[in-house]
Amino acid sequence: MKYALLIYGNEKNWTEADDATREAAMAAHGRFGDLLTERGAMRGGEELESSEAATTVRTDGTGGFVLTDGPYAETSEQLGGFYLVEAADLDEAVEYAKALPGDIVEVRPIVEYHGP
Amino acid sequence: MTHPAEQAYRDHYGRLLALLAAEYRSLDTAEEALADAYAKAVAGWHGHTVPANPAAWLLTVARHAATDRLRRDATARRKMPLLITGDDDQPRTDTGPVPDERLRLVYTCCHPALAPAARIALTLRYVTGLRTREIARLFLVGEATMAARLTRAKKKIAAAGVPYRVPAAADLPARLATVLHVVYLVFTEGYRATEGRALTRVELADEAIRLAGVIAELTPGERDVAALRALMLLQHARRDARVDTDGRLVRLSEQDRSAWHRDEIAHGLALLAQALRGTGESRYLLEAQIAAAHATAATAADTDWARIAGLYARLEQRTGSPVVRLNRAVAVAEWQGPAAGLALLAGLDTALAGHHLLPAARAELHARLGEHAAARAAFDAAIALAGTDTERQWLTGRRASLG
Repeated sequence: MKYALLIYGNEKNWTEADDATREAAMAAHGRFGDLLTERGAMRGGEELESSEAATTVRTDGTGGFVLTDGPYAETSEQLGGFYLVEAADLDEAVEYAKALPGDIVEVRPIVEYHGP
Repeated sequence: MTHPAEQAYRDHYGRLLALLAAEYRSLDTAEEALADAYAKAVAGWHGHTVPANPAAWLLTVARHAATDRLRRDATARRKMPLLITGDDDQPRTDTGPVPDERLRLVYTCCHPALAPAARIALTLRYVTGLRTREIARLFLVGEATMAARLTRAKKKIAAAGVPYRVPAAADLPARLATVLHVVYLVFTEGYRATEGRALTRVELADEAIRLAGVIAELTPGERDVAALRALMLLQHARRDARVDTDGRLVRLSEQDRSAWHRDEIAHGLALLAQALRGTGESRYLLEAQIAAAHATAATAADTDWARIAGLYARLEQRTGSPVVRLNRAVAVAEWQGPAAGLALLAGLDTALAGHHLLPAARAELHARLGEHAAARAAFDAAIALAGTDTERQWLTGRRASLG
């Protein structure tokens, strides 16, 4: 099965982090990427710009669109990045989530469409 | 007399469901096929037509039913996610269900990715074979609500890829702990109903004990399984003495000990002795020892409160639970006097806010010290917070007895 590992956290911790903290975090992500590659589980992943850079686009119900500045959900933790992984089952996906640097990881199965 | 199909349902449901779920990699298919097979048994088994081996008969009929259903709904079924069993090429067994199948089912139903309430419902439905309407009645919700809860949980199992297998050895201790917690939650829900009229729901406690027996059979030699079974048996043995003929709560000290089920106490004590042969301590082991200390006291006055207070102190150290602290205070009050008990209750107000047991315990201890005004105020607070009619009546009676 394919799973998305969605990484949530308080962005302030990241924007206010010193160089040593940032380097340690990047190194931890590097090691996590190596682990996934080694097990043939890496299917992609990206770091997202901070939610201040987000724009939310909604339909207005009359054929037009409304744009708002900021992320869809204003919460104390924001989506900061994601990985796509291949895992045998939820237990393996959770094992990857635990190995991921980051305080909160949401594990979501990817819908896979087979044939007609 | 119980219809032979109903007897076969009680004896074999969990095992047959587990086996079919592994074969067809779908809880839904297994459940529907088994329902078809039991319906045929109810209609067709009378006297000499009852098969010699009901489980084998049911399995064969259920397999035919599953094949029919799968053929009929081929397109719809193809889109359904399959259970992840981990060993797809496992050969089919025709000699009958093997115990491992049911153990997988236990671990799947108690998976930590499922909500606690869903774990309990799934376990009762599929492992012990209770019907949806029975589970709904036990939890005081409508049948439709319980059916929806089960359906949602089954969808999560399939869609999220919750595996249908016994966890790897490294994860087993933590996962067994989750399973035992589910069993104990089922039991405590039966032992002290949190809302509604009846103080105990005997059937639910019975189911928990039966379930622990199944897990013990499938996981032999696990100390905590034996300790939990001992704990539940020792507590449940007091059920008939806990409530009087008017449905009122009877305190342990005033219970008619001849109404305790002695055979169950003996069974509990034997299991506890078995669990104590290992080394180390656990929550269930300590709680079972406390229950045993009560169960073996010939009269309330013979209770070894020093020992019980000591066990609670170890349990508090282990769990940090404020409810354990409260129980320890009650034991210490019996052992060293009400003032010592009250001192241990200090500082629990934040942790137990909204819990009637704290003011109720304080009220009793103040009453014993002759501090009637303080006792009355504490009883009032407890009555306002009590969750069942039985407890409210009992507290009101205690308050009135202060004079």
